[in-house]
Amino acid sequence: MPWRAGSGSIEYVPPPASQFLVPEPAHGRMVRRSGGRIVGGVAGGLADHLGIDVLKVRIAFVFLAALAGSGIVAYGLLWIFTSSGTDAERPTAAERRQAYGLAIMGLGLSAALSWILSGTAAQIIMPIIIVAVGAALVWREFDSEGPRSVLGLPQRPTVLTWSRILGGTTLIVVGLGVVILARIDLNSLGSALLAVFVTLIGAGLLTVPLWLRTIRALNAERAARIRNEEREEIASHLHDSVLQTLALIQKQSESPQEVMRLARGQERELRKWLFSGGDTAHSSLAAALRTIAGEVEDQHGVKVTPVTVGDVTMGRLEGGLSREHFTALLGAAREALVNAAKHSGVSDIDLFAEAEADQVSVFVRDRGSGFDVDAVSPDRQGLSRSIRGRVERRGGEVEVRSTVGKGTEIRIRMPRTAADLEWGSTPHPTPEEQPR
Amino acid sequence: MTAPVPRSPTPSCRVFLVDDHAVFRSGVRVELGREPDIDVVGEAGGVGEAIAGINSTRPDVVLLDVHMPDGGGVAVLNGIDTGPVCLALSVSDAAEDVIAVIRAGARGYVTKTISGTELADGVRRVAGGDAVFSPRLAGFVLDSFTGRSTVPEPPLDPELDSLTPRELEVLRLLARGYTYREIAEDLVISVKTVETHASNVLRKTQQSNRNALTRWAHRRRID
Repeated sequence: MPWRAGSGSIEYVPPPASQFLVPEPAHGRMVRRSGGRIVGGVAGGLADHLGIDVLKVRIAFVFLAALAGSGIVAYGLLWIFTSSGTDAERPTAAERRQAYGLAIMGLGLSAALSWILSGTAAQIIMPIIIVAVGAALVWREFDSEGPRSVLGLPQRPTVLTWSRILGGTTLIVVGLGVVILARIDLNSLGSALLAVFVTLIGAGLLTVPLWLRTIRALNAERAARIRNEEREEIASHLHDSVLQTLALIQKQSESPQEVMRLARGQERELRKWLFSGGDTAHSSLAAALRTIAGEVEDQHGVKVTPVTVGDVTMGRLEGGLSREHFTALLGAAREALVNAAKHSGVSDIDLFAEAEADQVSVFVRDRGSGFDVDAVSPDRQGLSRSIRGRVERRGGEVEVRSTVGKGTEIRIRMPRTAADLEWGSTPHPTPEEQPR
Repeated sequence: MTAPVPRSPTPSCRVFLVDDHAVFRSGVRVELGREPDIDVVGEAGGVGEAIAGINSTRPDVVLLDVHMPDGGGVAVLNGIDTGPVCLALSVSDAAEDVIAVIRAGARGYVTKTISGTELADGVRRVAGGDAVFSPRLAGFVLDSFTGRSTVPEPPLDPELDSLTPRELEVLRLLARGYTYREIAEDLVISVKTVETHASNVLRKTQQSNRNALTRWAHRRRID
């Protein structure tokens, strides 16, 4: 008999459930109360659906609960299989108290009756009730309205949320623990588990189409949402960048220099967005050089063509270039570009950088006026001081090749191995070499 | 257009334009129209149209856009009869796209921001059988030959899968923006030798089994 009661309760469920779940077309689908719920909004939703007083429904559930817990099972099934409504009206404090009282009464009655019926049953039913209450607490949190985080929890969980989840989890663990620790008769446990297992399989098989449809609908909805978000992101990006620039170009149409500058800047920005998948880390040499090239283009109205082969990162990671060397190299490259932009008299500058196993080289080349390297005039101080100075201080070398009328090339080489040797001796970058 | 013509006494270079942007085509047409020895004999805005047009007009040089609907420049290269040489022209920065059209047979690659006279030079050079390396293409090729591949390499063919020190030198100078003439001066060799090195590099790029190259080309073929 002991577990007969339990299996009997499962058999007992269908009448109320099927009776309620097949609604008259006029009423539409049953939904649970959302704002006005106490536990799961099931009783309220059922009352709304049937057009009767919610108190009557609750009392019916309590009675059913007393019948070996079938009310609890019915409640749980309804909770699972109906969707949440959109009402917002909150229950009054009195109704809340009353409902909690009834809920406790229902749980108590079902426990007490089974206790009376059989001691062994109680050993099983009590933990099941505890587990059910714990599960209800957890479900309640995952079931609430509003925006969600990835885990399905409300996006801004409150202390109450966490305490409910924690409490629920504890109850579930305790309930399951009791079943195991009580070392109840293995035979009855086996038959109980079998009954539960068979029921679950049955329910699962019956609802397969429902799950499949739900999953499909979810996937379709998610795909549509992702597409939509993507499209919106692209649209907003194009609006902020390309459309704005086109508007500016129309206004500036009488100044070719300015149009050129705007177009180059926009082209660079769009390229970066299209091809590098968002922002690259600023500590990569190739990315940093592209940024510098862009800045020089913007400030001096020239066109810089950066080509990089290999790459090197800043930092003490394996193969990285120390911060001092990295900033010195970038500073020198920038100075060389600015120099070419200012003095060469042409608007095209080639920038080439290659990271080899033992050294990093940067070449800045123009086909402009050129100058006599041996007779550097004082206004070319920038070249020797800021380029040569900062590179040579870090163990690198600079070579300037220039022919009057043919152009200039500045070659900067920075050893990679020296990064480790000199690490201790150059703890602080000089102020001019602080990263920009 | 006239049927395949025997070479006229003043050999002019017959060019076919393929680009899906009509505005860009007309711009190039105007720029090349200024060159007396270059003759634009046709243009197309799509892959099918291009293949039909090129096979019927039989130009010397095809200026080919890398990015187009229905397969892009690679599809055109695979569809046309042998004869015309192709120079790829693109705004794309992506290494795999550029390497893919080179491996499909293009003799060079220049970016669309190139000036009219430079473009005309490029056309003449590919018409003459040379390779045209913009600094960017040189950079990509250099990267794919010198970069340490993360995947194990297939058994390398020393002839095809590595560059000689001289070729590397030439390639580096190309990436730095040097012209063939400037490279010849810098390395104290003849321009003809520089051209030979560049052509060898192009051939190796097209035929090598190096992972970096095959991966790029493969990824492109999947779409």
